[in-house]
Amino acid sequence: MKRFRAFLNKEFLHIFRDVRTMMILFLIPVFQVLIFGYVIKNEVKDAKVAVLDFSGDVMTAALVAKLDAANDIKIVKTLYSYEEIEASFKANEIKAAIVFESDFAKKFNTEKTVDLQIILDASDPNLANLLNSYISAIANNYARDKNIGAAKINVSVEPRMLYNENLVSAYMFVPGTMALILMVITALMSSISIVKEKEMGTMEILLVSPLKPIQIIFGKLAPYAILSIINAVSIIIIGNLVFGVPVLGSPILLLFVSFVFIMMALSLGLLVSNIAKSQQVAMFISMFGLLLPTMLLSGFIFPIKNMPLALQYISHIIPAKYFLSALKSIMLKGLGISYIWKEISILIFMTIAFIGISIKKFKIRLDS
Amino acid sequence: MNNSIEIYNLNKSFKSVKALDNLKLTVEQGGFYGLIGPDGAGKTTLMRIITGLLLPDSGDIMIGGLNPVTDYRKLRLKLGYMPGKFSLYQDLTVEENLSFFAKVFDTTIKENYHLIAPVYSQIEPFKNRRAGKLSGGMKQKLALSCALVHKPEILILDEPTTGVDAVSRREFWEMLNQIRQKGITILVSTPYMEEAVLCDKISLMFDGKIIDSGTPTEITSKFKEKIYILKTTRLREILKIARQMRELKSVNAFGQNLHLVVRDNLVGIHEIESFIKKACDYEFEIEPSQADIEDCFIDYLVS
Repeated sequence: MKRFRAFLNKEFLHIFRDVRTMMILFLIPVFQVLIFGYVIKNEVKDAKVAVLDFSGDVMTAALVAKLDAANDIKIVKTLYSYEEIEASFKANEIKAAIVFESDFAKKFNTEKTVDLQIILDASDPNLANLLNSYISAIANNYARDKNIGAAKINVSVEPRMLYNENLVSAYMFVPGTMALILMVITALMSSISIVKEKEMGTMEILLVSPLKPIQIIFGKLAPYAILSIINAVSIIIIGNLVFGVPVLGSPILLLFVSFVFIMMALSLGLLVSNIAKSQQVAMFISMFGLLLPTMLLSGFIFPIKNMPLALQYISHIIPAKYFLSALKSIMLKGLGISYIWKEISILIFMTIAFIGISIKKFKIRLDS
Repeated sequence: MNNSIEIYNLNKSFKSVKALDNLKLTVEQGGFYGLIGPDGAGKTTLMRIITGLLLPDSGDIMIGGLNPVTDYRKLRLKLGYMPGKFSLYQDLTVEENLSFFAKVFDTTIKENYHLIAPVYSQIEPFKNRRAGKLSGGMKQKLALSCALVHKPEILILDEPTTGVDAVSRREFWEMLNQIRQKGITILVSTPYMEEAVLCDKISLMFDGKIIDSGTPTEITSKFKEKIYILKTTRLREILKIARQMRELKSVNAFGQNLHLVVRDNLVGIHEIESFIKKACDYEFEIEPSQADIEDCFIDYLVS
């Protein structure tokens, strides 16, 4: 134990002495959350909207005028068929289209219910969400004004999200950044720190010392596990205080899931350190093998459902995908463990598999 | 207490390359033993097998009465090892490095200070300096202190003087002499032949084999051919000329001089002199000399 403490102590000295390591550990997470937060938190300003009016009566004209008058919406186009909607979206001319069904005013007055469809470009989910609530609110307000004293009437709004039908929340940047940062710190940093010992030749002395291999591995990984938990907590706090990203579910469950993911990332780091012979190789493998897939294929930046089929299959083996989905369920939907046990078990299974391979490959002796 | 090193018929191959070929080596208890040989001779492989870092393909090895393959845990407490690269933590200070290695072996700097004092006292004034900022000679002393701090019975040093200036190298060998007086068995490898004479016993190693063993004088006295040293400022030109003389077995540059080895005593100093003078009119001096370890080594390679 005394030996292990000496080893841990040494590891922390390495971390605290290296300016670059400290920056990666403590500055980058904060900056990344802030940058992602501000970039994604865009306001609606003169969003371009098209109108497809099958009715063409007084009521729809009034409603269109009302919408156009609203600060954030600009009616830029009048369309005549559904095909044109698709084309306008593809040409990036509009962010949303409003469809009035035929005999709008007549249905409104006789049947007391009428359909208004809003089609949104949800590849920008944040904007789509905002537009949806704006347009619905305006339409509903209008309906209420027109209907003083009458029975309960609704303008039913049917948003149909194109491109991102699930409407992955813009709040995803907090879980996404967490996955990314935890991956960087745990997998990248720990693998580099192990490979560094090999490269500097100090591993040779450690191996001939009475330290057991398991002590060396744990001594190398433990500091990064501790620091990444601190990081996970601070990312959640920043997301909550600065951007109002909620934590609807149990914070303890959230920490537990993060812990499982950290263990998974550490086992990956261990695996990388077994394969890599130099720090550069370790960096390369971590960057291209771990970080890029975490960013691009986990559903953090691009929704998985929008990917080509081949990439969708690949995304199943990206651990961060399961972490993101679990985080989203806990933080944004407030779901409990019964909804995310699948993700947790997949992550645990991956951890065990990676550790198994690493231990089988860890050399008590030098390469031969 | 048994601090000897006994190795019989040791073989080790890396893929198709035979690194150690039926190697035999005995270092007596308390011995100060040198392994001399060029890069690639197999010195490092041998030392890694002794420390248990590599597994041999076949052979019997006993280090201090323990087998490094099966008893490596016990052996680790007995061994002090200084790998080829000075393996220090560059970002830790001198004292932190030393105290880390002490703690890993469950001891303290204080407890074994008497042992490392001859080495450590020289760098102690810089104990708060980062190891990465030390000079080569100082790094080497720190690495030796780290290898000694747990009071090993056998010290294995892999080319400790490579890449260190001449003054530090001499100091280092003096320190090794002091350490061996405390009863520690020392096995040290070096590519510098002139350092060999400082050991009790040496083995010349080449291509995974030991080509000769014994005390340095035993080895040099086996050298039967006449040898001459030639001093000149026109080293390269005269080297070319002398190599054309068939009676010379070998002509090699050793630093600023040429060593000329005569084949089977065929010619004397005067014949050599007149041969070179006939070919050029550069100034040179020539005198008879004793063979040193390097002559023996080259003689082996030539014949």
